Amino acid sequence: MAEEILRIEDLHVSVEGTPILNGMDLVINRGEVHVIMGRNGAGKSTLASVVMGHPAYEITQGSIYFKGQNLDELSVFERARAGIFLSFQYPAVIPGVQVGTFLKKSVQSVRDEPLKGRAFRKELNTAMGALEMQKGVLSRYVNDGFSGGEKKRLEILQMLLLQPQLALLDETDSGLDIDALRIVAKGINQVAPTAGCLIITHYQRLLDHVHPDFVHVMIDGTIVRSGGPELAHKLEDQGYDWLETSPEGTA
Amino acid sequence: MSDDAREAVGDYQFGFHDPEHSTIRFDKGLSEQVVRDISELKNEPEWMTEIRVKAYHHFMEREMPDWGNCGSLHEINFDNVTYFLRSSNATENDWEDVPEDIKNTFNRLGIPEAEQKWLGGVTAQYESEAVYHSIREDLESQGVLFLDMDSGLKTHPEIVKKYFGSVVPHTDNKFSALNTAVWSGGSFIYVPKGVHVTMPVQAYFRINAKNMGQFERTLIIADEDSSIHYVEGCTAPTYSTDSLHSAVVELIAMKGAKIRYSTIQNWSANVFNLVTKRGVAHENATIEWVDGNIGSKLTMKYPAVLLKGEGAHAEVISVAYAGKGQHQDAGAKVHHLAPNTTSNILSKSISKNGGRSSYRGMLQVTPKAHGCRSKIVCDALILDSDSRSDTYPTMEVGNSTADLEHEASVSKVSGDQLFYLMSRGFSEEEAMGLIVNGFFEPFTRELPMEYAVELNKLLELEMEGSIG
Repeated sequence: MAEEILRIEDLHVSVEGTPILNGMDLVINRGEVHVIMGRNGAGKSTLASVVMGHPAYEITQGSIYFKGQNLDELSVFERARAGIFLSFQYPAVIPGVQVGTFLKKSVQSVRDEPLKGRAFRKELNTAMGALEMQKGVLSRYVNDGFSGGEKKRLEILQMLLLQPQLALLDETDSGLDIDALRIVAKGINQVAPTAGCLIITHYQRLLDHVHPDFVHVMIDGTIVRSGGPELAHKLEDQGYDWLETSPEGTA
Repeated sequence: MSDDAREAVGDYQFGFHDPEHSTIRFDKGLSEQVVRDISELKNEPEWMTEIRVKAYHHFMEREMPDWGNCGSLHEINFDNVTYFLRSSNATENDWEDVPEDIKNTFNRLGIPEAEQKWLGGVTAQYESEAVYHSIREDLESQGVLFLDMDSGLKTHPEIVKKYFGSVVPHTDNKFSALNTAVWSGGSFIYVPKGVHVTMPVQAYFRINAKNMGQFERTLIIADEDSSIHYVEGCTAPTYSTDSLHSAVVELIAMKGAKIRYSTIQNWSANVFNLVTKRGVAHENATIEWVDGNIGSKLTMKYPAVLLKGEGAHAEVISVAYAGKGQHQDAGAKVHHLAPNTTSNILSKSISKNGGRSSYRGMLQVTPKAHGCRSKIVCDALILDSDSRSDTYPTMEVGNSTADLEHEASVSKVSGDQLFYLMSRGFSEEEAMGLIVNGFFEPFTRELPMEYAVELNKLLELEMEGSIG
């Protein structure tokens, strides 16, 4: 039987009094890959941030459950420690903090146990190898002076190390060249079988490498259409207008 | 620690105190007689007694500074200070001979362990005088002198007489006058020509008694083409009444020599820390001040370098952390007096829980000092809206060939940074600790590793229990 990871029920969310999400419903089970597509401003990134617990977003109605637990009760870092991971569209720069130190401390916090130095280094080497990352990155400061592609790779590296049960990927594919896209997809595919994945994207091209079980279309803060991978192809060809003019898709 | 004191300073981990240990303790208060008594007790040459007395009169006549945190300065009650307290009759060079309770204090501070692991020499000062002193034999055999200042005066009066007050005269400011009048302890170092002291030497200063005044005097002379790294640390118990620390440090770097002077000042939040530090760099010499101010109630300290010889270089890297009830008024002064001299000043400050940090800087280029370069960077991080940061830079440039850069920034921790770090499993306090350590990193990386680790831990502790 499918194991439920994420359940979103009738979710309404506002930022400083402006409604962004207007009644979202979504269920993600373990091992499933869900893709959300939609125009800028449809509320996709808000959805990812609100599941992670961003304090600026206010839930005005509805609930989010992670493995049956209402997330209302958990702060951001408790959600991370419970197994939720967000790959940021714009990861923050932390000057003066070396990537190596940051990764070790982060993994230690999430796993809630002291790391054995050698075992962790081995794990780190394997993950960095899979993502074709250079060792030198470990002594750089977190995201400081990183190119777009380097930032996204570091996000995926963190995902591999933190081994989340729910992975939220917010436009991780934006701005990547074809090689970087392939590498990022490899990372996602590594995590996907044991987690629930929610991928937010504008483009079909990531889906050449990652095979979604469900594709959802968001317009004005709600899911207007759900389907399989074929829906993504149709959006790529025809855009979103047909969904707005005939919500039932009879055109 | 009384509840009042804890309320005032928070959880300061070095705030413990031991029973007072004194063999000689002067009555509180200052007079010409007190000054003469100190000199007599130490059996000093007459010329030193005369300098002390002259400095005492200058101190009495000199007005308090009318800048900086002068309101707070007027809280100092000079009549309620103990100016001299001898806690042990001898300066031991075997750790086992140090009186038991004093030894325990330094054990708790990790001093003997550090000496074994990574230091070339150690001096430990408790109240007014050094209680322990050692130097590695190989340094001694190369002619390196590393003594407490009192012993330095006894054994090498000719060197002391030549340089004492040559960089910081007693007339420099009110507190240099006070120090010159009642100085006791501190370090005396001479590095002979061409000798490179590769392991740092360390001095540790501890105030234990209530209302104590500590007035150490340090003189470091690096002869031609020599080098040394001197490290000092300071702590004190937490009392609800104030103590006074007023040191003078003079550095002389001869032609081609290099002196690095690193300080981690972690006084408890009842200590006034009013220190004059200045060095002279001769031709192609380098003086580096690495200055960390974490503790104290009020610090006023501006490490200075006089670039006197052509091609000399100055480096001043400082950090200040101002928490509840603290004011760190710190900075740097560099005087380009000769051609082709260069300087870098990097100042970083953090203010939190109503603390105030000020950068006060002076950069001078004289008319004849052609071809000078200087870069000044001041970054302030303010962690909450109750806290404050100010910058008071002064530049006096006497010729048009100088190449000067000055950057200043004031920032706050962004919500994006906190959200990002918390999404990686860090609590808000841990996230703040990480950001703060990262902000100070350009300073921390200049410290010996053992100090860097300590400093990071210290800052993480400061971030704990403070976010509601």
